[in-house]
Amino acid sequence: MTASADSAASRSKSILPGILVGGAAVVSLILFAVAPDWARQWPAEQIVPLRDWVTRFFQWLANEASFGLFTVKDLTRLVSDILSGPLTITDGLLHKGFSQFGLAALPWITVVLIMGIVGYAIGGGRLGIATTLGFAYLAVFGMWPDAMKTFSLVLVTVPIAALIGLMLGILATRNQLAERVLSALFDVMQATPHLAYLGPIAIFFGFGAVPRLIATAIFAVPPMARCTILGLRTVAPEIIESGLMSGCTPRQLLWRVQLPAAQRTLLVGLNQVIMQTLAMVVIASLIGASGLGHRLLFSLQQLQMGKAIEYGVAIVVIAILLDRISQALIARNPARAPTEAEKAALLRTSVILGILLASSILVAWLVPAFRLLPKDMTFTTAPYWDQSIRWLSRTLFVYLEFFRDDVTTYILVPIRNLFLSLPWLPTCLLVATAGLLIGGWRLAVTAFLLLGFIAAIGFWVPAMMTLYLTSMAVIICVLLGLPIGICAAHRPRFTRFALALCDTLQTFPSFIYLIPVIMLFRVGDLASIIAIIAYAMVPIIRYTHLGLMRVPANTLEAGIACGCTGRQMLLKVELPQAVPEILLGLTQTITMALFMTSITALIGSRDLGQEILKALPAVDTGRGLLAGLSIAAIGITATRLIETWAVRRKRELGLA
Amino acid sequence: MLSMKMVRLAAIGCVAAFLSGTTAGTANAAIPESSESIKIAMNNWTSQNVLSYITGQLLEKMGYTVEYIPSDSQLQFQALGNGDLDFQVEVWEGSMAEAFAKSLEGGDVVDAGSHTAVTREDWWYPQYVKDVCPGLPDWKALDACAEKFATAETKPKGRFVGPPADWGKHYSERIQALKMNFQEVPVGQAATLWAELQAAYDRKEPIVLFNWTPNFIEAKFPGEFVDFPDPASDAKCKTQPEYCGAPKSGYLKKAAWKGVQEKWPAAFAVMQHINFNNEQIAKAASMVDTDGLSPEEAAAKWISDNPSAWKEWVPAD
Repeated sequence: MTASADSAASRSKSILPGILVGGAAVVSLILFAVAPDWARQWPAEQIVPLRDWVTRFFQWLANEASFGLFTVKDLTRLVSDILSGPLTITDGLLHKGFSQFGLAALPWITVVLIMGIVGYAIGGGRLGIATTLGFAYLAVFGMWPDAMKTFSLVLVTVPIAALIGLMLGILATRNQLAERVLSALFDVMQATPHLAYLGPIAIFFGFGAVPRLIATAIFAVPPMARCTILGLRTVAPEIIESGLMSGCTPRQLLWRVQLPAAQRTLLVGLNQVIMQTLAMVVIASLIGASGLGHRLLFSLQQLQMGKAIEYGVAIVVIAILLDRISQALIARNPARAPTEAEKAALLRTSVILGILLASSILVAWLVPAFRLLPKDMTFTTAPYWDQSIRWLSRTLFVYLEFFRDDVTTYILVPIRNLFLSLPWLPTCLLVATAGLLIGGWRLAVTAFLLLGFIAAIGFWVPAMMTLYLTSMAVIICVLLGLPIGICAAHRPRFTRFALALCDTLQTFPSFIYLIPVIMLFRVGDLASIIAIIAYAMVPIIRYTHLGLMRVPANTLEAGIACGCTGRQMLLKVELPQAVPEILLGLTQTITMALFMTSITALIGSRDLGQEILKALPAVDTGRGLLAGLSIAAIGITATRLIETWAVRRKRELGLA
Repeated sequence: MLSMKMVRLAAIGCVAAFLSGTTAGTANAAIPESSESIKIAMNNWTSQNVLSYITGQLLEKMGYTVEYIPSDSQLQFQALGNGDLDFQVEVWEGSMAEAFAKSLEGGDVVDAGSHTAVTREDWWYPQYVKDVCPGLPDWKALDACAEKFATAETKPKGRFVGPPADWGKHYSERIQALKMNFQEVPVGQAATLWAELQAAYDRKEPIVLFNWTPNFIEAKFPGEFVDFPDPASDAKCKTQPEYCGAPKSGYLKKAAWKGVQEKWPAAFAVMQHINFNNEQIAKAASMVDTDGLSPEEAAAKWISDNPSAWKEWVPAD
């Protein structure tokens, strides 16, 4: 009886917002129709000259600002010097050698052996073989020195970024204010396209490996921190209670109880750090990081697709191997102390391996081919790739022509025109109303100010272009990614494939697949949207999978016991439980799609990404940075709305 | 045995470092004036890389140490101004004029002179387009058959595949000024231009796109530039540049960080003397693009094949 009364009450509650939404829609439609000119287009003479101020501020900061004894630039350069310490070691070991001690870099045969042994020791035979083959690929395809330059940077970047992310995440769970500040900061960090901040970074931290490290960290820390927060928050209270009962200090509770319990989510975070780090390899070559990224861009510019693909594959290989090694490392159970017999065996193996490694160095010293494979001993598949891509574009083009032209003419162009004609004030008001309904006044005001900011600095029209590209892509991402994620969670055979697909999509440099996409679809919106989808679909797949895997076994059993059909299980039991993760995935997809629009400026859409590019030659820091922040503002508004709605929904479902 | 050798090597290394330190301290004019490495900017097209390696290898012959740092062609000017990069061997008028002028104004970058080579950047089409659009290369003829270049997005206007937005070109303005029946669709990076060209070329489809010379495209795809009103002869161009084409011979300069002249005066002199003409640049690039050498190897080969050219730039020992 009470149950039915409750449901009646909640039904009436759910009608009320419906009326409000309907009313708001009608009002805004009227507004859209009657809005005066100033409410449609922010008057040109009223545009806040913020970009000039920012540009001048950066000039001042770079040239004049000082703390008395030293300038701001001295300080940032000092940071650069400190960070380059660990790099000198890995650089020396892997490709530079230590000329001051007369030592050469490790020969490739030794590095391959070491990686194989590490893989075997951590993950068993399969991983051992995989790492050996993967690193041998780098040598045999003649890109060893470049691959090692990249690998050295990655080895230093990943732990630093992961550690910072973990610490910030822990801080956020401890302190509400910190969480709020950090959460906003992460939104900005993730959604601001790299091209917007590469300029300032180059001014303050110089050119080369260290700025690359910083640019990567900006990009890779947020997912780690977010996963830490999510992981720590979702540790079951019983586990924490049992920890408290056994007398843990807060520190022990964190390190011995909470973090291990949150392991699965933390692993996703670490995976993201690795993937983002390698995704940055190409971009970082714009500010002085040599290695695979530079070679890749060089090949692309000469239209040597095959070579570029080989470099791209090398990046993916490094990414996936590192990821699998780190996952296996954390998944091992270290709690048990080894027995005496095991210790002795370990010692024996280490001695044998040590001798093996030493002799590999000796062999390499005697036979130069083992130090660095000479060019005529390496081989390449590049010509075949070149031929097949051209063949594909020739054969498929005719069939795709109609699809491309129809989609462009009848779907994309009308929708684009609709977006471009959106007047700023009614649009902002509409979004603010949505905010009001979902989360109250605060959210409404935040949303209004963020979007109004874009109009006020004169970026409204390019921002609408960005919004159009992003929303088209996100819709398709969800339609495709959600089913893939569900499949991956239900069919273990498919899981491996889906996760490898995610890793590949994320790290295989978008610059490469943009080329065949352009050959088939020409420069234009359709090509941009396809490129965005390929990149931004990853989080929705990954987090859907994660969410479904985290549904507790007893909940599933209860569902089965109630006699749910497979379909009912999915829709009524599993998906609702997985909603928090799926929504996190959705917000990440939106952020990544927004981020990718700045890359699709590389295939020529006229959006905010283009504004960032235009700012580069004039060193117009303000213009680039503000265009970047406008992209971030769109992302934050969307993220906030969805997150608030998710929290509300959880409460309604009784999950929180 | 191995470790013995290493110790010995290390000892030699220390002595050498000590010696080089003392010579630099006592003899002022000795080369290298500073043991720090000279950082040369590397962009991502062939000729620039080969020329950079030639410069670097010549400097190494003189006793300098050299580092090659990859760089974006726009961001590099900030790095040159900060002394994070020391030298750029190819500064193109067409794509870098704005950023270069701005950095010269700041005073931290110096103009290290021009190459004999000239550059041209403008609208360009592959040869077969002439068959469908008679009267080319005149721009009026191109405008007359604009419809043949139309795509779903630009219909009924013709599509001009334009350069990346950060190259500071103003083709939309030119289209407006000349009232052409075209729409510019800019790409984001040069590779995109070539992808469009390759795809159109394989299907013999009409295309007009942004291109420049010297580059590797001329060897692979025959074609020519569209003739717009010539700024050299048309008086109107002085006051209203948007009506006119790009100069048919734009500059190709070299740029250096201002500190180079004090820190490595002899190296700076070499940088100023380095001078390539169009033919040399095309040849240097084709060693990589057609003969399959790596840029480093191409540079070494060029140096051993052309001693007469570089002996003029480098002081005799």
